[in-house]
Amino acid sequence: MDSALIIEKSVVIVAVFVFTMIMAMYSTWAERKVAAYLQDRIGPNRAGWGGLLQPLADGLKLFAKEEFEPNTPNRILFFTGPAIAMSTALITSAVIPWGDKLELFGRTVILQATDIDVSILYVFGIVSIGVYGIMIGGWASNNKFSLMGAVRAASQMVSYEVAMGLSIIALLMMTGTLSLKEIAQQQSGLHWNVFYQPLSFLIFLICAFAETNRTPFDLAECESELIGGYHTEYSSMKMGFYLFAEYANMFISATIISVLFFGGYNYPGMSWVIEHWGNNAGNLLGMLALFVKLCFFIFFFMWVRWTIPRFRYDQLMHLGWKILIPLGIINIVITGIVLLRSEIFAFLGF
Amino acid sequence: MSTVLIIFYILSAITLSMAFLAVFTRNPIHSAIYLVVCMMSIGGHFLLFNSQFLAIVQIIVYAGAIMVLILYTIMLMDLNKEHEVHRPRVTRLVAIILFSLTCIILILIFINSDPVAGTIDRYDNFGEDFQSIKKLGKVLLNEYLVPFEYASILLLTAMIGAVLLSKKEKPGK
Amino acid sequence: MSSLQTISLSGSKKEVSKKEMTFLEKLYLIAIIKGLWITIKHFFKKKATIQYPDQVRPFSPVYRGRHMLKRDSQGRENCTACGLCALSCPAEAITMKAAERKPGEEHLYREEKYAEIYEINMLRCIFCGLCEEACPKDAIYLTISKELVPAQYHREDFIFGKDKLVMPLEMAIRNTQQNSVN
Repeated sequence: MDSALIIEKSVVIVAVFVFTMIMAMYSTWAERKVAAYLQDRIGPNRAGWGGLLQPLADGLKLFAKEEFEPNTPNRILFFTGPAIAMSTALITSAVIPWGDKLELFGRTVILQATDIDVSILYVFGIVSIGVYGIMIGGWASNNKFSLMGAVRAASQMVSYEVAMGLSIIALLMMTGTLSLKEIAQQQSGLHWNVFYQPLSFLIFLICAFAETNRTPFDLAECESELIGGYHTEYSSMKMGFYLFAEYANMFISATIISVLFFGGYNYPGMSWVIEHWGNNAGNLLGMLALFVKLCFFIFFFMWVRWTIPRFRYDQLMHLGWKILIPLGIINIVITGIVLLRSEIFAFLGF
Repeated sequence: MSTVLIIFYILSAITLSMAFLAVFTRNPIHSAIYLVVCMMSIGGHFLLFNSQFLAIVQIIVYAGAIMVLILYTIMLMDLNKEHEVHRPRVTRLVAIILFSLTCIILILIFINSDPVAGTIDRYDNFGEDFQSIKKLGKVLLNEYLVPFEYASILLLTAMIGAVLLSKKEKPGK
Repeated sequence: MSSLQTISLSGSKKEVSKKEMTFLEKLYLIAIIKGLWITIKHFFKKKATIQYPDQVRPFSPVYRGRHMLKRDSQGRENCTACGLCALSCPAEAITMKAAERKPGEEHLYREEKYAEIYEINMLRCIFCGLCEEACPKDAIYLTISKELVPAQYHREDFIFGKDKLVMPLEMAIRNTQQNSVN
């Protein structure tokens, strides 16, 4: 293999990894700031300008904390739980297209860690593995609250994966590809999928909230009933990993929503910019556009968190199985009819 | 040895050891987790064949859905040593005989099956990606349409059966 | 009876109705958007936080905070260690030890007797102000320090002695100057 290609890919991979980490770190800061602003407070502002060093201080604090281990039946599984949660949260970003391509040092750098044929399925697969991090951690804690939290989280994530998959199928029928890069390319010039598939977008958005265990679906860690949920027994950086994984997941969900439904790195007038200012400028602006979109969705996650109260568990299951899944199926049928309208008209004899 | 072969041996070692561990562990949760790792390593075998779709589907369906549900049920059940059922010796004997028979049948099938060499040649000559989802979808919905639909009907029946089983009978009836 | 049910003494009685929701209401989408609108309005509102050590909220004139043992216009301590404040204190937070004024100390203490040790345990104090009412010499005040008792790391640090309680000399001088101007 070409050694330059290996260097290029490693640089892209490290950049994506670092970017994911930094975004997850600053999501914790943003969460606290947004929560404060929505409640007429100021939020962290002591560490650094506007509290910008707060995530570092938090991390330092978590590292310095005592590592407490409960009387667990299996120490290895107790350690594996947060490790799985963290790694699954981080490796999802491998298939996200951050931009089209850049021309640097006479090479064409594709702004994506890997462009596999089945990117969306890859994301789904990784997300479904992420359930294990919560389940194993909750079970290995040897605590009934942790177990309850783990069971709740797992059943919630499994249920909403179904509705999420159905909402995506309607989108895939339209795009005809499973590759995130091609989906992003098809949406150039304001042909954003959200205008063609609003119902699919709504279902996907709701499921994304449930998949990331965020309010109003954060039943896995509702303090009033379950103390801390599955991470009750965790302390120090192991708990930090769980919290970090939640924010990394939120970042990934926000990115995938922007790529699938809001045109990814496309922005109005992209072709004009590429024509007049060159390819690199156009694509750098595209990365900025994607960044703005995903920041908005991260903000939206937080905004909803401080607006809507938590669901009851039966309401959650009712919404998932009896409303979102039928809606998803109806959406698939409607999409099918619209896509095959000429054939249907021909069949009916119009 | 080529890199692919080394990876294959490592993967096979993981798959087999995890499968045996899943069978021999007393703790049901550990057993389920070994099975999960086993399923994922089988996904790795699919990746070695360059079939990304099957690998991912293997992980989503087996590791992500079925095993989660199994783990879920095991966690909810109270599985202590006292509740372990002791099966009579006859059932064990029958189980061993049935398993050996299945093994013989499988081995015979593998021995008598058409070797893959011819297929690989064809694969090379076509220069087309037979593992892409487009190709798979076309094959499934053209050549194998009837078995595909039968499989879906089978799944539907299973689903209806599950709904029927879980439905409570009304006290009035 | 029916008239009794319609009476509203407070004027804010509301009839609770449990009617079936319409389809649009059942979707909750409009309600959610309304809620989001309310929270986003708060996002841009003026913040209510007062960042305490940097900014201090203006005290009300009748606030009761950290005690201060007053000095008179010539900078002498008012307190004569009569013990009435300790007697009146419901939380038993005050202790003191009296001493006799030596010749040559007239510029320090106003009367012949003064408090050699005067301690208030701020963990016990309930800031009721009874010591201030009991004092016959106008020596102890809870209202002039314009300060709250700060947080400490050790319990011993909350026992405030004369070094923290007595009005600083500069403050007494300033007061005197202001009074003479007036």
